[in-house]
Order: sequence, then structure tokens, then C-alpha cells
Amino acid sequence: MRRGWPRPCGRSARSRAAEPPNVAALGVSADRAAGLVLAALAAGIAAIALAELPMGSWARPGAGAAPLGLGLILGGFGLALAWQGGGAWEATDRAEAGRALAILAAAGFAALAFEALGYRLTMAAMLAFLLLAVERKPVLPALAWSALLSLGSFHAFSVWLRVPLPRGPFGF
Amino acid sequence: MTETLANLALGFSVALSPQVLIYCVIGCFIGTLVGMLPGLGPLAGISLLLPVSFGLSPTVALVMLAGIYYGAMYGGSTTSILMRLPGEAASVMTCIDGHAMARQGRAGAALAIAAIGSFVAGTLSLVGLMLLAPPLASLALKFGPPEQCALLVLGLVVLAAMGGGSVLKSLAMTVLGLWLGTIGIDQMSGFFRFQFGLVELGDGIGLVPVAVGLFGIAEILASAGKPQLERPRTPAFRELWPSRREFADSAGAIGRGTVLGFLIGIIPGSAHIVASFASYGIEKRVSKTPERFGQGAIAGVAGPESANNAAACGALVPMLALGVPSGAIPAVMIAALVVHGVAPGPTLIQDQPALFWGFVAAMYVGNLVLLAMNLPLVGVFVQLLRIPYAYLYPAILAFCVLGVYAASQSAVDLWIMAGAGAVGYGLRKAGFETAPVVLGLVLSPMLENAWRQSLAMSDGSYAVFVQRPIAAGFMLAAAVMLAWGMRRR
Repeated sequence: MRRGWPRPCGRSARSRAAEPPNVAALGVSADRAAGLVLAALAAGIAAIALAELPMGSWARPGAGAAPLGLGLILGGFGLALAWQGGGAWEATDRAEAGRALAILAAAGFAALAFEALGYRLTMAAMLAFLLLAVERKPVLPALAWSALLSLGSFHAFSVWLRVPLPRGPFGF
Repeated sequence: MTETLANLALGFSVALSPQVLIYCVIGCFIGTLVGMLPGLGPLAGISLLLPVSFGLSPTVALVMLAGIYYGAMYGGSTTSILMRLPGEAASVMTCIDGHAMARQGRAGAALAIAAIGSFVAGTLSLVGLMLLAPPLASLALKFGPPEQCALLVLGLVVLAAMGGGSVLKSLAMTVLGLWLGTIGIDQMSGFFRFQFGLVELGDGIGLVPVAVGLFGIAEILASAGKPQLERPRTPAFRELWPSRREFADSAGAIGRGTVLGFLIGIIPGSAHIVASFASYGIEKRVSKTPERFGQGAIAGVAGPESANNAAACGALVPMLALGVPSGAIPAVMIAALVVHGVAPGPTLIQDQPALFWGFVAAMYVGNLVLLAMNLPLVGVFVQLLRIPYAYLYPAILAFCVLGVYAASQSAVDLWIMAGAGAVGYGLRKAGFETAPVVLGLVLSPMLENAWRQSLAMSDGSYAVFVQRPIAAGFMLAAAVMLAWGMRRR
């Protein structure tokens, strides 16, 4: 399958008919799910603020006062959203979800390996993974693009713009 | 008036220095690319280039970032017209009639009118910025902590009320951003809040990883793997001149778009997006041939393109005069100023006249650069669109990683970026806007300090926010906006 630019607007009746299953349809509305997550996060914020941070007084609020207040307000909004319900999930097919996970994994790999492997090796590996494993591009163009980008961007930023970037084994 | 002209002369002496000129051109060029490419809006583009600006003087850095912002407004129109693909959200309306014109063989005229309208709107709006910002800053110098606090509350509420989606969702995102802004060492007491075992969080959650994650990574996650579009045909240079009739049909639209865009730009919110939508609606309403809209009416290109550029300029008024960003992009620009040791706020124009007036003058120059760059080089820019997105998005991801790491030299920020990307993607799927998160994150320290200082002043009484007339006015306006926003839906 040819990959390319994102389609901007509108879908044909034919493409709607052939639409893959929507993996975002989790049986609970978007607003309710998001509201519950926000309320849970808010409860955590408030609990940490109360347990670990000084509240101060009315005239001199301490370091925990603002987070506690924000936690309570966020919790209120979260519960209101959950109570209100409604809100549809934007359609997501399995292919998009799988690709999104792979891209996030690539970003996670970059975060993990960046300082240990250095900029050039990490970027080359990340780009090669995305082009070969995710996009199934031919090996030679994919490797050439990965090498060109990782080496070229390193030269542009590290040498010309003097942005310090990590080097990996053997100073590479 | 004489003083303004003298200041402008000072500005041009700064703007026409070789270094400022070079970075102005670089910013405009990058901005045009960023505007054309889906997955890289102006916010992600500015965030990515933020680390590069650290080695520059504050004026040069601000000029380059503003060039990216402005250039993106220009660049977004190219893909909208040639491919019906809005490279930037504000260019969505240009798709409709711009692409219809392209199908009729008038792509050159549509591109030219978009560029000319953007130039006229950008230039006239700068006059507005120049005349409005200094008196507004003088007024704001009279503000104490309660007024500052009330003004920030008003800004956040207006953003939520004016945004495209649900007010409740926008407010929730704003509060989430405000909470993220409290992470790190408390400026007033030195307490480390929400450490989670990471000393790197001492300086707080960085704006760059959050902005790049929420906008850059989330956009890549949503766009990668979508089907291939038609390949654009590049109009020949001789096709770029509109007919006399097309000029006549565009003149009024450009004028109306400029005024409307500038006024909307001053108001917090996704100004340039709202402005282009509002302009299209107005042009259709005032047109004697509304049935031509959607079929290639040139006013449908001229109005929105002028409006989004004027709004981009209007959004700089509260940022430069008050230090209050009216949206996520000015917020990132404020962060850049802070990194350079420049305190944003009402004293900026007084304390840093060379920066403010140099910036204004550089914007005039930047408008000319963009006009000169966009039309003759449209073929060059279009070549970039021939690169398949499957090859391009890994490169964009690599630049996201590079930009975030370069800003802080911390791998923790890369994790924050990836996390923000995942959260941004999820929020997008659930129909949430993420710009309020960024704005909340930027404004959080200012708001918290103003709030705590106000309470210290009043010995803990919240009446301080309604007893002082200016603060009370802002609070009332915030309440009215909130009620209006709720009722609108």
C-alpha cells in the first residue's frame, strides 16, 4: 500500500462503506471517559498536595495551596464532564492505532538511547525502524534516508549552529 | 506621532542590520515550509527552533520566531490552493475557493492574491500594533498583583470561551495546564512540588517538550499512514498575475479581512483560525454573488488569508504590551524572551525600545521578504510536497527529538515529549483542544504569584479582586465571557 500525504477533508461513500472497525469505540463516551480520567488525576493531585505540601494560611498561601485548589477545580470539571457524558470518539482504525503505537515506541527508544548511543546512532536506528518496519519501504532508500538525515542534521545543528548533541561509543 | 516615527527609525536601524535581516529571511523561509507541511504547524515549528534561538540576541531570536509564525500563515495557503490540503489550521477556508480556482486553471491568481492579501493585512496590522501597544503598556504599568491576577484569569477564560469546542473541556484543559505549571520548585517558598523522584523537574515541566509533544508528535500520530493525495501542478510564473477583475473583487475582502483579523487577534483564543473562518462567512454574506463561493470566488481566498495574517499580528499586541500571551504561539515566544533574560510585561517597551521597535520594523521587512519569496519560489516549495509523507514524518519526528533535547540537554524532556504526544493524541481523539494546556502551563507561575501576592496584600481577603476598579472590571468581563461561552453552546 502506498503511503503519502494525509487526506484533508471529506470521505467518499465508498471509503465509508469499507471503513475498518473503530478501535476507539470503547463502549463509553469520549467525554465520560476523559472526565473520569481527569477526576482520578485531580484526586491524585489533591492527595499529594494535602499529604506532602504546606498549605499556609488564607493570607499567606503555602506551596500546596494552588495545586490543591487546581486539583479540586479539575476534579469538578472532570466529574461534570463524566456526568454530562456524550461526545464521540474520533474514528481510529487498527492500522492507525498500530502505527501510532510504533511511532510512540520509536520516540520512547530515542529518549532511552539518546545519551547512551549518541545522537547519530539513535536517530539512524529510529528512522530505519520507522521506514523499514513500520512503512515497509525498500531497504536501500530507507537506509540512505536514515543515514542522510541523522548525519546531516547532526552536522547542521552540532557543527554550524553549535547546539551540543550527545556522542555515543567511540565519540560517534 | 513624532516620537513614534523616531522610535520606528530606531527600529529600522536595528532591523536592517545584516544579522537581523539574515535571521528574518531564515525565519520566513522556515515558516513557509512549516506552514506547508501537515504535521508541523507554526507552534511546533517555533518550538523546534527555540533552542537554535538561544545563541542569538533577544531581538534576533524574536524576529526569527515571528518570521516562522508569519511565514507559516503564508505557507499554509500554498498547499490549500494547490492540493486542497491545509498545511495549517487557519488555511482551511482557503481550501474551498482556492482549490476550486486551481481546478479552473487560476491557481497562480489565487496564490498571488493570497500573498498580496497577506502582505497588505500584515503591513496594516503592524501600524495597529505600533499605535496600540505602547499606550496599552503604559496603562498596564498601573496594575498591581490583583489587576494582574484578574487580567490573567480573563485571558484564560476568554481563550476557553472563544475556542472552537466545548467551554467545559477547554476550561478543564486550562486547569490541567495550570497544574502542570505548579510542578517544580515553588518560587516563593523553595518547596519541591510533585518531584516524582526526578531532580530534573526542579525547574518545572518545560514548555518546549509539552508543546512539541501535544502539537508535533500528536499530529504525526494522527497523520501518518493516511492515503496519498494528488501531486500538485506548479503554476508558471507568468500565471501568477491576477486579472483586473480579480484585483477589484479582492480589494474589499482584503480590507475587511485586515480589520476583522486584527481585532480578533487581540482577543485571546485561536485567533488566526477564528479570524479566517469569520472572514469567509462575512465575505459570503456581503457578496453580490454568494452562490460563487465554493466554486472559486477570489474573495473567499483574499478575505481569510488577509484575516489570518492580521490576526497573527494582532495576537502580538497583548504579548508585547502586557506580557500576556493571547494563544499558544505567543506563549512560546514569551518563553523565548524569558530564556534570553528579557522580562515580558508592560515595562518591555520602555526598558527595551530597541527590541520592541526593532521587532516591529523587522516585521515590516519580513512581510516584504515573504511577498518576494512566496510567489517566485512557489515551485521550489512545491517540490517539497513531492516527498512521500512516509519518508517525511520520520524526519519530522527526528527534528522533534532534536529540538526538545537541544532546548534542555535532558533526556527526561524526551520522555515528557513522548508522553505529551500520547496524551495529545488521546485528547484529540476525545475531542479536546490542547492549546489551553500550553497557555495554562505558561501562565501558571505568573498567575500563582499574582494570586498569592494579592492575598498577602489584602490579609487573605478575596474582596481585593472586586474592590479595586480595574481588577473588578476584568473579573466582571471574565464572568460575562464565561456566561456567553456557556450559553453559546
